[in-house]
Amino acid sequence: MDKGLSLRDVTITKGGAPLLSVSHDIAPGEVLTVMGPSGVGKSTLLAFITGTLAPDFHATGDVWLDGQDITHAAPHQRRVGILFQDDLLFPHLSVGANLAFGLQPGGSRAERAAKIAEALNEIGLSGFEDRDPATLSGGQKARVALMRMLLSEPCGLLLDEPFSRLDAALRAQVRDMVFDRAKARQLPVLMVTHDADDAQAAGGVIVTLGG
Amino acid sequence: MKHLAILAALLAPVPALADTDPANWDDVTAAADGQTVYWNAWGGSTTTNDFIAWVGDRVMADYGVTLEHVKLTDTADAVTRVLSEKQAGEDDDGAIDMIWINGANFAAMKEADLLFGPYAEQLPNWAVVDAEGKTVQTDFTVPVEGFESPWAMAQVVFVHDTADMPDRLGSMQALLEWTAANPGRFSYPQPPDFLGTTFLKQVLVDILPDPSVLADPATDENYEAVTAPLWAYLDELTPNLWREGKAYPATGTAMFPLIADGELDLSISFSPGAASTAIANSELPPSVRTFVLDKGTIGNASFVAVPYNSGSKEGAMVVANFLMSPEAQARAQDPSILGYGTVLNMAALSDDDRALFDALELGVATLSPAELGSVQAEPHPSWATRIADDWMTRYGVSE
Amino acid sequence: MNSRRLLPILPILTLLAMLGPVVAGLWGTLLPAFGHLPAAGLTGPSLDPFRDLFDWAGLPRAMFLSISTGLLATGISLVIVMLINAGWSGTKPFRGLERLLSPLLSVPHAAAAFGLAFLIAPSGWLSRLLSPMVTGWDRPPDLLIVQDTWGLTMTAGLIVKEVPFLLLITLAALGQADAQRSVAISQALGYGRVTGWLKTVFPRVYAQIRPPIYVVLAYSMSVVDVAVILGPNTPPSLSVQIVKWMSDPDLAMRLEGAAGALLQLGLVIGALVFWRLGEHVVGRVGKRWIASGARGRLDPLVAQGALAAGAVCALSVMLGLVVLTIWSFAGYWGFPDALPDAFTWRNWMRFGPGTLEALGETALIAVTVAMTALILTIGCLEAEYRFGLSFSQRAVWLLYLPLLIPQTAFLPGLQTLMLSLGADVGRAPVMLAHLVFVLPYVFLSLADPFRAWDTRMGTIAAALRASPNGVLWRVRLPMLLRPILTALAVGLAVSVGQYLPTLLIGGGRVQTLTTEAVALASGGDRRAIGVYGLMQTGAALVPFALALLIPTLVWRNRKGLRHG
Repeated sequence: MDKGLSLRDVTITKGGAPLLSVSHDIAPGEVLTVMGPSGVGKSTLLAFITGTLAPDFHATGDVWLDGQDITHAAPHQRRVGILFQDDLLFPHLSVGANLAFGLQPGGSRAERAAKIAEALNEIGLSGFEDRDPATLSGGQKARVALMRMLLSEPCGLLLDEPFSRLDAALRAQVRDMVFDRAKARQLPVLMVTHDADDAQAAGGVIVTLGG
Repeated sequence: MKHLAILAALLAPVPALADTDPANWDDVTAAADGQTVYWNAWGGSTTTNDFIAWVGDRVMADYGVTLEHVKLTDTADAVTRVLSEKQAGEDDDGAIDMIWINGANFAAMKEADLLFGPYAEQLPNWAVVDAEGKTVQTDFTVPVEGFESPWAMAQVVFVHDTADMPDRLGSMQALLEWTAANPGRFSYPQPPDFLGTTFLKQVLVDILPDPSVLADPATDENYEAVTAPLWAYLDELTPNLWREGKAYPATGTAMFPLIADGELDLSISFSPGAASTAIANSELPPSVRTFVLDKGTIGNASFVAVPYNSGSKEGAMVVANFLMSPEAQARAQDPSILGYGTVLNMAALSDDDRALFDALELGVATLSPAELGSVQAEPHPSWATRIADDWMTRYGVSE
Repeated sequence: MNSRRLLPILPILTLLAMLGPVVAGLWGTLLPAFGHLPAAGLTGPSLDPFRDLFDWAGLPRAMFLSISTGLLATGISLVIVMLINAGWSGTKPFRGLERLLSPLLSVPHAAAAFGLAFLIAPSGWLSRLLSPMVTGWDRPPDLLIVQDTWGLTMTAGLIVKEVPFLLLITLAALGQADAQRSVAISQALGYGRVTGWLKTVFPRVYAQIRPPIYVVLAYSMSVVDVAVILGPNTPPSLSVQIVKWMSDPDLAMRLEGAAGALLQLGLVIGALVFWRLGEHVVGRVGKRWIASGARGRLDPLVAQGALAAGAVCALSVMLGLVVLTIWSFAGYWGFPDALPDAFTWRNWMRFGPGTLEALGETALIAVTVAMTALILTIGCLEAEYRFGLSFSQRAVWLLYLPLLIPQTAFLPGLQTLMLSLGADVGRAPVMLAHLVFVLPYVFLSLADPFRAWDTRMGTIAAALRASPNGVLWRVRLPMLLRPILTALAVGLAVSVGQYLPTLLIGGGRVQTLTTEAVALASGGDRRAIGVYGLMQTGAALVPFALALLIPTLVWRNRKGLRHG
C-alpha cells in the first residue's frame, strides 16, 4: 500500500464508551462516504485524521497517507486538506491573500501573484484578488475555499458536510466541481454527510455509522 | 579608654563617616552636582507646589541639583517611611532626601535619631537668618540644634469675608459668641491636620489665664485640668460650626473655596499672606481681610530636615541653603506667589537684597508686621499630640 | 523563546503573578496584626493590636460604614441593572442607555467622585443652576451632603460607577441566556415584560454574573479613593482609617492597622457569606413568586423607574465631567452664579506641566502592565487551546481572588514585607502590584472572545500547512484584533485608576494622575482638581476610543470583522 489514505482499525471512544470503528483504504481519486445521523461521531473521525481530536476523546488505530504513518504527526505536517460546511475564509484577508495563505511557499512575488490570478481564473473569479471575502456570494465563497485548499497541495481530502449550507441549484454545481478536481488530482477523499444525495453523487463506497 | 573610643567609632553608623562636612561648602556643592533630591512636602496647596517647582528650576540652574517634589497629604507619611527604612536596614539611600517639617514630627524624628545633622548653622545663608528675633532655634519648644533649617515664618491669622462679617474679633471668647449668633459660618480643619491642631492650641492659649504651663511637657497630672476649659469651649462651639461639626474641611486651603462660595464667613490660616495670594488667584473674593486676636496669635517657623539615610545629603543642603537665600525668601513672601513670612534679618542683608523685600506689595488682606502684633509661643509638642488624640476621640468619631 | 517550553508554564506564571503578591501581602498583614513586627523590635504573638483596635471609639461606625456602603451600593446597582434589562433589553431606549453608559465604565472612580461632589454639594453646580430663582438661596445652605455621616454620598458615588460595570457584564452574559425568546414566550403567556424577564431570564443571568457581583461588593466595602473624596471623616470608613493607621509615625499604629486590615477582610468575607445566604432567600421567595403565576401589573411603572435611575447614573457622571471641565477653565466663580465670571487658560497653563509629567508616569506604568497582562493572558489561553491546560470551573474563582480580597487587607502587608526584604520602592514594584489587579480584568475581558473563536479556522489553517504559531499570529490574533485591543484598553484603564497600590507600594515616589488627583482632594483647589480629573479621565478613555477606532480603520474593507 503506497498511494491513498488508509484508516487501519481506527476506534474512537469517549469516556470509555466506543463511538465508532472504521477500517478502510481509500485509493487515489476514490471517495469514501461515511453516513449517519448527527451525533454519531462523524466529525470526530475527521478531527482524528487532521490531528485536532478534542482531549475528551480517545482514539486507537493508525492513519496512513501515501505510505506514511501520520497518526502522530503535527496537524500542519499531515498534508490533509479539509473543507467544512462553512467556507471559513479568513475574514481579515482579501480573497487573494486567502489563496496566498494556502499556496505553498516559494517563488517570487510576481510568480505567486500570477499563480493566484490563474487559480482565480480557473474558478471563474478573475480579478477578485482584492475583494473582501464577506462580499462574495455563497457559491463564490465555496469555490475560493476549495481553491485555497487545493493550492496547499494536499495528498488527501476530507469533506465535513461540505454542501449542506448551499441551496439546491448551487449544491450540485459545487459538488461536481469538488469531486472533479479531486479526481483530476488523484486525491483520496473521505466525506462525512447525512445527505443521501451527496453520498450518491460521490459515487464511491458508502459506510453507514450508528442508527 | 582609648580602645573604647576606637570601638565606639567602629560601631558608629558607617554612612555618617562618608558624609561631606557641611562646613566645607565647596565640597558640598561639588558633591551635590548631579544629585536628585526627593523633597517630601505637603502637596495640597497648588501655590506651594508652584513655588517648589520654581526652587527646582533654580537649584538645577545654579547647582545641577534635580529637585523632585514628593507631594504628601500628611507629613507623618514621610516620618513613617524613614522609620520603616531604618527598620529594614536601608541606611544609605532612602526614598526621602528632605522633608518639610516642624513640631511633633521633628521632635519624633530627632528623638529617634532619624535626622542628619547638625548642618543648618553651617550653611552660608545662615549668616543672614534672624536667629535672634525669630523662633528658628527652637521648634515648638524643642531645641533645633542644627538638625533642621528654617525657610518660612508662620503665624495664625483669622480670615474673614468683610462682605458678610465686617468686624474683627478680639478673642476666642468673642469667636464663641459670634458663632452662636451666626451658626454654620465658621469651621477649622479636622485635627490631626496641622492647622486644625493649631486652632485647638490657639483656643487654649487664648482662654487660659496663664498659658505658661504649656511651655513644659504635658504630664498625666496636669493635662486634664489644663485642657478642661478647652473641651468645655469646644462642646459649646461645635453645634454652631459649619455642618454642625459633623464634617470638617480637610486642610486650611480647603476652606478658601468655602469662603469664596459664601459657605463660611470666617476661617483661620497659618500664613499671614495666604489670603492676599488667594485673592490674586481669584480663589477668594476681594472683600476678604485678616485679623489677629488682642493677645496675639501662635506663630512658628517652617523647617526642612534631611533624613539620616538620604543618599543626596549634599543636594538637600544646597536646596536648604537656597531656601534661605534672599532671592527665594523674597519670592516666598510675595503675596502673589506664596505670601510666607521671611526668616531673614533685614538688617543683615545687603542693600540690593533688602530692596527685593522693600519692593513687595504685601497685598490688601495682609497685616503689616506691626499689626500682626506679638507672637505667642507654640506649646510643647506633647500638648498638641495629646490634644489632637483627645479631639479625635471626642469629636472625630461623633455620630 | 521556545514556545513549546514556555507556553505550558505560562498559566502557572500567571497565577503566580496574580496570587503571589496577595498571599505575601496577607502574610505581611497577619504577623503584625498579632503583634509580630521584628523590624520594630516587637515579637508576638499578642492580641494587643486587636485590643487597641476594639478600643478605638470610631470602630463601630467605621465597620457600619464599610458594611452599609458595600451592601447598599451593590444591591442598588444590581436592582437598577436587572430592572433596566428586564424592562428594556432589545429596545431603542436600551441601546441609547447602553451607548451612554459604556464609555462611563472607563471613567476612573476618583474623577467620577470629584465630578459628583462638584455637582451635588450645597455649593455645587446643581445648586448654582437652581439658585436663587428656584431655591431662593443666595448663599449655599449649610447641608451635610458630601462627606455625610451615613456615607450615602459615597454610596451614590459607587453606584454611578458600578451600574455601567454591571450592565456591560450582564450584556455579555445575556448572549448565552437566550433571553429574547424566553421573554417572548412569557409575554405570550400574558406576563408583563419585567415580570417575564425576572421569572425566566434572571435566574440564569444571575448565576453567570455572580462573581463580578461579589467583586463589586468586596470593592465597595473597602474602597479608599472614593471614600477619601466623598466619604465621612468623623470617623471615616474602616479602609480609610486603616490607611491612616498605616501611615502614622507611631509604629504601634501599624499593628493596629494590620489588625484593622484583618477585620476588614473578615467583614468582606462575612458580607459575602451574608449575600450568599440572601441569594438562597431570594431564590426561595422567587420560586414561590413564579409558582404564584402573578403576571406583573406594575411592570410599566417599574420599567420607567429603572430607566430613569439608569439615566440619572449616566447623567451624574457626565455632568460631573462637564463641571470638572468648567472648573478647569474657571476664573472667579462665586455662588450662586451658574457659570464663572470668566473662562481662562490660566489653570491649564499652571497645572498642565505637572499633569503631563504625571501622565508620562501613568502611561509608562499602564502600558507596561497592560501589555504584560495581555501577553500572559494570550499565552494562557493559547496554552489552553493547544494543550488543553484549561482552568477548571473552580480555578476560575482564582482569577477573582485578587479582586475579592480587599486591597486594604494585603497591600499594607505587602509594603511592610517588601521593606523588610530590602526591596526598593519605586516604579517596578508598583507595576507588579498593578499587575495583580490588571491581569484578572484583561483575562476576563479576552477569555470569552478568544474561546469563542471558531477553532475550525485553526483546523483549516493547519490543513493549509500553517504551524501552530503561524495559526496564532497569522489567523487568530488578527481576527481577534478588536477584543484584544479592548482587553488592552480595559487593562490600561484599570492601571490608570489604581490609587492604593501606587500610593503604598510606590512609597510616594511614583506619582500618577490618580495619586496626584486624590492628593489634591485635601487641598480643595477645584481648578487643579478639574485639570487633573480631566487628564485622568482622558488617560483612561482615550485607549477605549482607540480600541474602537483602530479595528474599524484597519478592517474598514472587511465586513466579516466589523462586529467581531
